[in-house]
Amino acid sequence: MDLSYTSTQQAFRAEARAWLTAHVPKAALRSFDTVEGAAEHRAWERILNGGGWAMVPWPVEYGGRGANLLEWLIFEEEYYRAGAPRRINQNGIFLLGPTIMEFGTPEQKARFLPKIASSEEVWAQGWSEPNAGSDMAAIQATARLDGDPRQPSSQYYVLNGQKTWASRGAFADWLFGLFRTDPASERHKGLTFVLVPLETPGVTVRPIAQLDGETGFAEVFFDDARVPVANRLGGESKGWNVAMATAGFERGLMLRSPARFQETARKLVALYRENEANAPANTREEVVRCWMHAEAYALDTYRTVSRLIGGGKIGAEASLNKIFWSELDLRMHETALRILGHRGDLLPEAPAATGVGAPALRVYNWLDGYLFSLSGPIYAGTNEIQRNVIAERILGLPRSF
Amino acid sequence: MRFAFSDDQLLLQSTVRDFLKKECTPEIVRALWASESGHGAVLWSKLAELGVPGALVPDAHGGMGLDERDLVLLLEETGRAALPAPIVATAAVGAPLLRDAGSGALNDAWLPRVAAGDAILAVGHPANPFVTDAGVADLLLLAHGGELHALERSAATLTHQPANDPARRLYSVAWTPSAATRIASGDVARRLLDAALDRGALAIAAQAIGVAEQLLEIAVAYAMQREQFGRPIGSFQALQHKLADVKVKLEYARPVVYKAAHSVAIGIATRVVDVSHAKLAATEAAGFAARVALQVHGAIGYTWEQDLHLWMRRAWSLEREFGDATFHLDRVSAFVLEGGAAIGPGDTFQAHD
Repeated sequence: MDLSYTSTQQAFRAEARAWLTAHVPKAALRSFDTVEGAAEHRAWERILNGGGWAMVPWPVEYGGRGANLLEWLIFEEEYYRAGAPRRINQNGIFLLGPTIMEFGTPEQKARFLPKIASSEEVWAQGWSEPNAGSDMAAIQATARLDGDPRQPSSQYYVLNGQKTWASRGAFADWLFGLFRTDPASERHKGLTFVLVPLETPGVTVRPIAQLDGETGFAEVFFDDARVPVANRLGGESKGWNVAMATAGFERGLMLRSPARFQETARKLVALYRENEANAPANTREEVVRCWMHAEAYALDTYRTVSRLIGGGKIGAEASLNKIFWSELDLRMHETALRILGHRGDLLPEAPAATGVGAPALRVYNWLDGYLFSLSGPIYAGTNEIQRNVIAERILGLPRSF
Repeated sequence: MRFAFSDDQLLLQSTVRDFLKKECTPEIVRALWASESGHGAVLWSKLAELGVPGALVPDAHGGMGLDERDLVLLLEETGRAALPAPIVATAAVGAPLLRDAGSGALNDAWLPRVAAGDAILAVGHPANPFVTDAGVADLLLLAHGGELHALERSAATLTHQPANDPARRLYSVAWTPSAATRIASGDVARRLLDAALDRGALAIAAQAIGVAEQLLEIAVAYAMQREQFGRPIGSFQALQHKLADVKVKLEYARPVVYKAAHSVAIGIATRVVDVSHAKLAATEAAGFAARVALQVHGAIGYTWEQDLHLWMRRAWSLEREFGDATFHLDRVSAFVLEGGAAIGPGDTFQAHD
């Protein structure tokens, strides 16, 4: 056990910090779930990619930096520390990218990964359907293989059905998702992982306003939409395993690196200290406990990364991560709103809302953050589903659903 | 940067685990509960053959010359087995306290005996009003007015204070400090006592991890075996989700304890925060595991016959030893809210470089 950074790692941190200090926009960008904000965030991704920082742990040939996971953790720490913008293409860079790395053909890697890294192509998720939420294996949208079987490469899938809650659907270019290729199949058998350009004729995107008023997700309708067979990731009817790998990335390490929660905890501490005189007395312990939890999440991640570098794999324990970070995020924002009292109820444009944010590089709106944190225990598989997974696959209890 | 144990460390852990599984069964724990001294002399000497009491004793004095990063895994195992033995006081706190107090004659006299399993240490620290397992100790290391004293047990008068966990015997100690018993004073004594507190709290945290793991294992096994409504009660989500929550709490306490072990081993100032965080997280995980394990068992868990309370009582009593939750929360609060230290992303290992 050695908990000090090597001189190479320290130099990497210094390099990342210097670059971010020079390039992170001074003013906060608008939300990427708005038309203007999406454009601003794409522009930021171009700058990030131009500096070679868009996808730190990916191989250089795919637009990455060829760094290891420890360096990636260091970069994430610096990224959040610098108050840099949220990643508009998180579905692509953190979820689909690693999945293509694992399941994609060489052609698919060359075709998709560089444009994911540069966010030239922004991705939406296509899992849920009106009748397939927590029970994702109940998917009904279909992909029928068509075309001349004597020329397999010219074949295509004809997509029909509906996806919903497609994150980033309103402003994305592509969608990845599961479709039923075998009409006679049941449950998780017979599903195929397909990559779909949203501009395909027969695809209709209808944005859905979220609880926070923005259109962060969308319904997507497929009406005889044709995509080439080359857009299949993994084998036909093998999509469930591919999707489970994607879900694992979403629940744990990649999408939810600890720096995000440590930065929120730091802001919460700053908020408490600024408002100490008027804050409810019982928020003091909550603030300290939130900070401890954020540290614990970081420590667990360093331990996981050390294990992965040593050749280990991530399995069902991603479900432990997901419960822990999502409940921590919610708890931090609830605590902040209690500290703010009535001011916590104000929208940013309210004249009296000054000082509601923490003294960070830019003002952080705790109410916005709170609304977003409420989605954490729901997306990427509800926390109830995660507890089922832990019970069955980690504790070895009987399947209960 | 490598946050992982070595194969050697893990091998020693599994050796101690296998040993305790055989030699420290619930029947043996109960027999020791009922015995007059509460101490298993044979068990202790076998533990000494494995090197556990002398883990931190230097090679030169016949010990293993290891540090807290090794010991933390062994203490976890003593928690898993609900070992009724003065292992925290002797191996984790007393031995390094003697070692660092630096009195050559005292070290020469006692450390080889500790490593050989021939001497047991008890520690009277200001954080604990009673001295645990003083009744079986050969040498008492006692704080008095900011000084540190060492005296043989025969020189003190002990009063047993029966307590909730029969495996941990608490004593009030009456004794007369003198120049002859004093081994440290002033700043030296203060530093030694501060270090002893952190070593003690870390050791308790490590034991609590083992206790929590064992409680979860027992509860899961019972939930698989007990049937109601024609199926194992472990198939009901109401219980599954409680057990899953125990697992979450446990797994996010574990790395905190390991980091604290590292910080204590290399002796950095921020070990204070790391240890307090570890003590809070681990004892709360153990307490929560006890609460859920009891609920999963239902009425049978509320009986004296069921072994569950071997670990429940341990979980409850560990919470108080070497600083309770309020004490440790205050130490973390002082660091986070008043210390002016950098506490954001990238700062987690700042003191380790």
